[in-house]
Amino acid sequence: MESHSAPSRTEVFPVGLRVLVVDDDPTWLKILEKMLRKCSYEVTTCGLARVALEILRERKNKFDIVVSDVNMPDMDGFKLLEHIGLEMDLPVIMMSIDGETSRVMKGVQHGACDYLLKPVRMKELRNIWQHVYRKKMHEVKEIEGHEFTCDDLQLIRESGFEGFEERGLLTREDKKRKEEYSDQDGSDQSAAKKARVVWSVDLHQKFVSAVNQIGFDKVGPKKILDLMNVPGITRENVASHLQKYRLYLSRLQKQNEDSTLGNNRRADFNPKEPPAKPDLKTSPQVQQSTTSKPSPGFGFIAPETETQPIKPTSHVEEEIKVKRKTSSVPPLGMLLSFAGTVPSAEIKTSEPLTTSKHPHPNWTGGLPLVQFMQYPKHDHDRCDLLGDYSCLPKPDLYTSAPPVISINMQNETGNLLDVKPALMDCIKAISPLTCTVDGSTLGFDGLPGIKGSFFEQSCRRAETGLITGSDLVPLPEDLNLYSSLQEIGCFENVGLMNSIDLFQTEVESSNWCDGSELFDYPLIDECLFA
Amino acid sequence: MDYVNIRRQAASIRKGLFDQGYLDEQFYQLEDLQDDASPNFVDEVVTLFFRDSLRLMANIDQALDKCAKDFNKLDVYMQQLKGSCTSIGASKMKTECTAFRDYCRDENIEGCMRSFQKLKREHSVLRQKLESYFQQLRQAGPIECATRPSK
Repeated sequence: MESHSAPSRTEVFPVGLRVLVVDDDPTWLKILEKMLRKCSYEVTTCGLARVALEILRERKNKFDIVVSDVNMPDMDGFKLLEHIGLEMDLPVIMMSIDGETSRVMKGVQHGACDYLLKPVRMKELRNIWQHVYRKKMHEVKEIEGHEFTCDDLQLIRESGFEGFEERGLLTREDKKRKEEYSDQDGSDQSAAKKARVVWSVDLHQKFVSAVNQIGFDKVGPKKILDLMNVPGITRENVASHLQKYRLYLSRLQKQNEDSTLGNNRRADFNPKEPPAKPDLKTSPQVQQSTTSKPSPGFGFIAPETETQPIKPTSHVEEEIKVKRKTSSVPPLGMLLSFAGTVPSAEIKTSEPLTTSKHPHPNWTGGLPLVQFMQYPKHDHDRCDLLGDYSCLPKPDLYTSAPPVISINMQNETGNLLDVKPALMDCIKAISPLTCTVDGSTLGFDGLPGIKGSFFEQSCRRAETGLITGSDLVPLPEDLNLYSSLQEIGCFENVGLMNSIDLFQTEVESSNWCDGSELFDYPLIDECLFA
Repeated sequence: MDYVNIRRQAASIRKGLFDQGYLDEQFYQLEDLQDDASPNFVDEVVTLFFRDSLRLMANIDQALDKCAKDFNKLDVYMQQLKGSCTSIGASKMKTECTAFRDYCRDENIEGCMRSFQKLKREHSVLRQKLESYFQQLRQAGPIECATRPSK
């Protein structure tokens, strides 16, 4: 159903944004269609998830964004979301009448860029272009890489992305992309590099067999790329896809684990609790402390600092509000503080972790800096872009350091479950991962993991990262982390949820790994990829 | 015909629907969406809602008959219906849907049954009221649409 008054593509973005709406409820479908039309978007509606998928497959490149209901009889909305993520790489907005945190979280875990509660309002729909814009922006960054300058940014801003095709700054890319579909010979190396790949079933199959051949713990984009031997796709394409694939696999694994582990977690979830959007109000409070020392960050250690030990003594004053009641930090505040965080964070746990509490001493003694030196240099221009568009702090903040999640675990809960096994598992799972992706991504591959063990992971991960592969440090017996997490229940990823954008952008902007899009998806469940 | 009178009647039915809690602000949203491109938008949406909700309620009826113990299924059906009620702002129905789902959670089949009967009543009352409202509106249509090009 193309809009009868289909706005011409010459109008300015976001006019004419091509939206596919999927909802099994015909009444909602009609309303949503009308609303989106009123926003001057081009709307296609679809009552069945399977049909939606077919439409998307048949008409590749004909949609900018998908808005889908979660509860559909023929296919779970999450499933659809996953498919779209893997195959088309389009932004997907989920909707439901259910604001249950666990549901919303599930949506986000599966890669939804937003989760709207019904009744959906015009003003919310009017704004959905931002997800398309954001994605494009990231692509531009990916494409332009270091060449991307403020001037370019200005250009984009002025042209307003003008429709994405046929015009404007992005035209080059899109045309190239189109070319690539028609002939994937990739003769023009630069064109191929800049193109975006649509992962057809075939292509994905090749990808999967490559991954299997290499083995999951050794897998890296470059290796996969070599094995796939498909012209026209780049390491970045593969890296991005790998990231999504991991996400996907981890979910499967998570489902399995949920049946065992999950019981505990869910126990505390109170269905009666008023639906809450996953903002900070419901999330564990994460406070950041910014140390005054502009010490070298995890990521950007200049060569001359090589002899200086990193001071990741994180100060994490973190109270997991077990009942997840409060946090005074507004979401933005959180973003800001994340961004402003400085390399050193002290973990102020009630029980010291395996690390020393104060300023310098490294977590496990002398952190070899070499590891961190591999991070590519920082790119200011790109930060500007982000700073301007995502309410993120100004770039200079980044220059000192990549994000450090500081958390402070203060257990308020008495019940201590057996922490060790889970943590150990987690660590085991993490260790191989920390070095997998590529030479350049060492260590922070995981960033703050999601999964039930967001906190565990961030601590643990930092630890493991810093240990640089040395033996695992025995965990303090009385570390109550895990129990806290259990208390948190399905609240698992809150922290990340709030900072997804941040990480995405930060990571990309700081270019931790050259395949920037690698982090596009926030490493959900990563620790499960053992 | 006295269009003014008819319009007044329609307005009073509408007001009653809000005052008595049958409808909530979502209905205003629908009214806001109505424009020249679709002058009968609200009417169409409401008609669609009643058609579809009948289908959903038939499903629930069947489920209550055949697999009364399958609370999960009942809950899923009711969630669908609730979503549908949300679309036009059928407030009272929505409340009843919630009550039904609570009973599902408690696995209280009697509660479910009772609640469902009430839901059906709310459904037919709302339907009746809305139908007469739109009927009045349609009669009063010419005046309202006097400035509009067609219909």
